[in-house]
Amino acid sequence: MSKFQFPDSILSRPVYGTLAPRQGKSHLMIADAEGAEAILDLAARDAGLMSNSHIIYIPKGTDFAPKLGALSVAQLYVGPSYEASLPRLRHVLANAHQGLQVYLAGTEGLIGQAQNEAMRAGISPTSIQTEHRGSVARRMQCVHCKGITEDVMHDPFQCAHCGLHLFVRDHYSRRQAAYQGVCVDAEDPGSAPDPVELYS
Amino acid sequence: MNTPPQKSRPGAEQIPVVVSAIVPLNDLVTRFEFCRPDGQEFPPFSGGAHTVVEMRDHDRTRLNPYSLTSDPSDSSIYAISVRRDEQGRGGSLFMHRSVSVGDAMNITYPVNLFSLDLRAKKHLFLAGGIGITPFMSMIAQLERMTGNWELHYSVRNEALGTYVDQLRYKYPNKVHVYYSDQNQRIGLEQLLDGQSLGTHVYVCGPTGMIDQVHGAAAAAGWPEEHTHSEEFLAPQPGKPFEVRLCKSELTIQVGENESLLEAIERSGVDAPYLCRGGACGQCETDVIRADGEFVHRDHWLDDEQHSSGQKIMPCVSRFLGTLELDR
Repeated sequence: MSKFQFPDSILSRPVYGTLAPRQGKSHLMIADAEGAEAILDLAARDAGLMSNSHIIYIPKGTDFAPKLGALSVAQLYVGPSYEASLPRLRHVLANAHQGLQVYLAGTEGLIGQAQNEAMRAGISPTSIQTEHRGSVARRMQCVHCKGITEDVMHDPFQCAHCGLHLFVRDHYSRRQAAYQGVCVDAEDPGSAPDPVELYS
Repeated sequence: MNTPPQKSRPGAEQIPVVVSAIVPLNDLVTRFEFCRPDGQEFPPFSGGAHTVVEMRDHDRTRLNPYSLTSDPSDSSIYAISVRRDEQGRGGSLFMHRSVSVGDAMNITYPVNLFSLDLRAKKHLFLAGGIGITPFMSMIAQLERMTGNWELHYSVRNEALGTYVDQLRYKYPNKVHVYYSDQNQRIGLEQLLDGQSLGTHVYVCGPTGMIDQVHGAAAAAGWPEEHTHSEEFLAPQPGKPFEVRLCKSELTIQVGENESLLEAIERSGVDAPYLCRGGACGQCETDVIRADGEFVHRDHWLDDEQHSSGQKIMPCVSRFLGTLELDR
């Protein structure tokens, strides 16, 4: 099962729902890895949705692409990374009309970044549907050097840019689509506790 | 000094004003312009804001909300545009008949329950009749920000097209006028279809028009957050009823032609309010005991709250029977 029940946290922490079919002129679905399962579930609930749907999918080593291909959607793009699919996503949003429904599924990093793009295109954040599936890895920003470290699975972790040992916080920046990581051993360098896997 | 509206007080803070101009716009609508007697500037406001005008009509104090129709960046005047309503409760008739240039009046600080969503890529305005008023200040605000907007304005006939000439002259490519007597209608479905992503639609006009726009936008898959509307309800007359105000230890009678809120105020009790039209939620009052039937008319409480019998909005809603309120 690719669903994970996040424990309650501070208000800053994003919460995710379950994708539900919505009335609309067209549908844009963006997913990575196990996020494909959320789209397959959505298609099972309302197959009629799919003929007007554009799916942007990043497999991240999973093999859901053929199943998505069998949904007979208007367009399916399978990209090597979120960054690689970003020009397509921006093009789709720039040419979209009111009545477009946006569905995001998969890891927090993908959901956050795609939501950011949709918001910039003028969609209210509350009208964008999201569903978390798969890895609980986080996209983290180092508050010291501002560098982003993707797919962080351990707390504390070492910033990929400046090398500081960062505490994984639930404080989230919607603008950066990243959690904020703060130096864990600033007072006494070298005293960082041993990393523990998130939610382990 | 300007102080912001105090929510703990009944209504927004008032500003003493002098009527500086009265300009008839057509047979039904007249613009009233106010300046401050001390020559000071008015506080700034945002497009879509309204003010509540206090009218001393003999022994009766009327408080009616009107959208500000002046340019928000012009702090020398506030203007409202009032449609004469012969069948109304008398506020608009008082404005038309009894107010003269030079009169001193009190109006509240602006309150905005119908503001622009500035995240929008485009603002689509739909006005019906006197519903044009909030859009006058919104358009002025957006023009200074070079905002992207478009107005579709439905009026009864050419003679009653309030501000039509002015709007068409200033913004010939953005203003579309529809005359009902020539069977012209805003083609809602076609208009909403194909609007670019990030468009917000705003509607002000008769109830039927507002409902249609909400319905058409929802059917076309527009998110709720992209559809905005404003409708001030006037309190309707109804059977007199008795109300016990428990906190104030008073029993009052609500007359046929006054609202529950007005009856509470008449008895000397300070009750909170802002819009006096069932929209803002400020006057929400807890019901302690109800023996009879609620006549809910507000846009604030949801259906569940209406049927619960726990709350009432005294600005527009009434009761058939005897009521006890936590006021």
